[in-house]
Amino acid sequence: MGTGNSLWLLTKKTLTGALIGVTISDRYVTASPVRGSSMHPTFTGSSTSFPGSLKGDVILVERFCLQKYKFSHGDVIIFRTPTNQKQLFVKRLIALPGDWIQVPESSEILQIPEGHCWVEGDNPASSLDSRSFGPIPLGLVQGRVTHVIWPPQRIGQVERKMPTGRISPY
Amino acid sequence: MAVGSRAAAWLAGAARRIGSVPWRNISAEAVDRTLLVVKAACFAHVINSYVVSLALVRGPSMLPTMNLTGDIIAVDRVTARWGTVAVGDVVLLRSPENPRKTVTKRVLGLEGDAVTYLVDPHKGDASKTLVVPKGYVWVQGDNIYDSRDSRQFGPVPYGLIQGRAFYRVWPPEGFGFIGQKVTSL
Repeated sequence: MGTGNSLWLLTKKTLTGALIGVTISDRYVTASPVRGSSMHPTFTGSSTSFPGSLKGDVILVERFCLQKYKFSHGDVIIFRTPTNQKQLFVKRLIALPGDWIQVPESSEILQIPEGHCWVEGDNPASSLDSRSFGPIPLGLVQGRVTHVIWPPQRIGQVERKMPTGRISPY
Repeated sequence: MAVGSRAAAWLAGAARRIGSVPWRNISAEAVDRTLLVVKAACFAHVINSYVVSLALVRGPSMLPTMNLTGDIIAVDRVTARWGTVAVGDVVLLRSPENPRKTVTKRVLGLEGDAVTYLVDPHKGDASKTLVVPKGYVWVQGDNIYDSRDSRQFGPVPYGLIQGRAFYRVWPPEGFGFIGQKVTSL
């Protein structure tokens, strides 16, 4: 039958497209909307309720960094939260394994254990990050943010920025 | 001269032969074949990451369940993604000490469970108990005498779990399901 055949063809093409899309998104590059205000002003997230969630920035995330897990200070990364594996956070990487970091609002200095990193949001007033849940294993990292791709007036590269005087490699 | 005209004739002949090759058909077929390879690779990636994959596990930390020299096991990827890993499951997880390394251990405690473990089995019976925090799991190797696990690096976030080992594929003598034996203190 004519329509049966073209429906089957459409299904096959959609399935192939989905397969290729999922592979590219998992291995190379993907895009994701930002929610919440913990990375203000780098990203302007949307509110978490439905109509608002369409207005946030959309960021481009690259997955090539996951081959060697080599990150630099100041990279913006996305990671699974240690308290809820289904949730992804986007924060800035402040300290790498072996660095000594001064925990803000307390005078303790702590060394990041092997295989872990310290992440903080750019907007410390409204950010749930390593100041609450401690250093996170690098294995939780799911990608590195390189660009903002929506809305058009905010398109641009995301730069590496480090707060001064917080870490020491010794 | 004779040489020059022979060269010209040869060149003209070559141009004609090249022109008569069906380039459009060949390129269409090449694109088709490449697309087929790409589709197969994507299919393999999706199955490998979301359904089931194979892994080679080596080392002494899971004796006697796993061999020292290497077993090939089938790893189910669905259970970990859905959050239904249970106590007694053997899981593959990214090591919290080195994200490039994948280790195999048994889950002995989920979030909220109280876990009791021997601090150092070589040196007597001292044991400690703690409650696993929300979002974390406690993993231990079956061979507690030679295993680096939660007793050294603490409970690990659930997000590090890559999959659940459920079947041994190689060596043939060990063919079969991997049991849920829970080693208690």
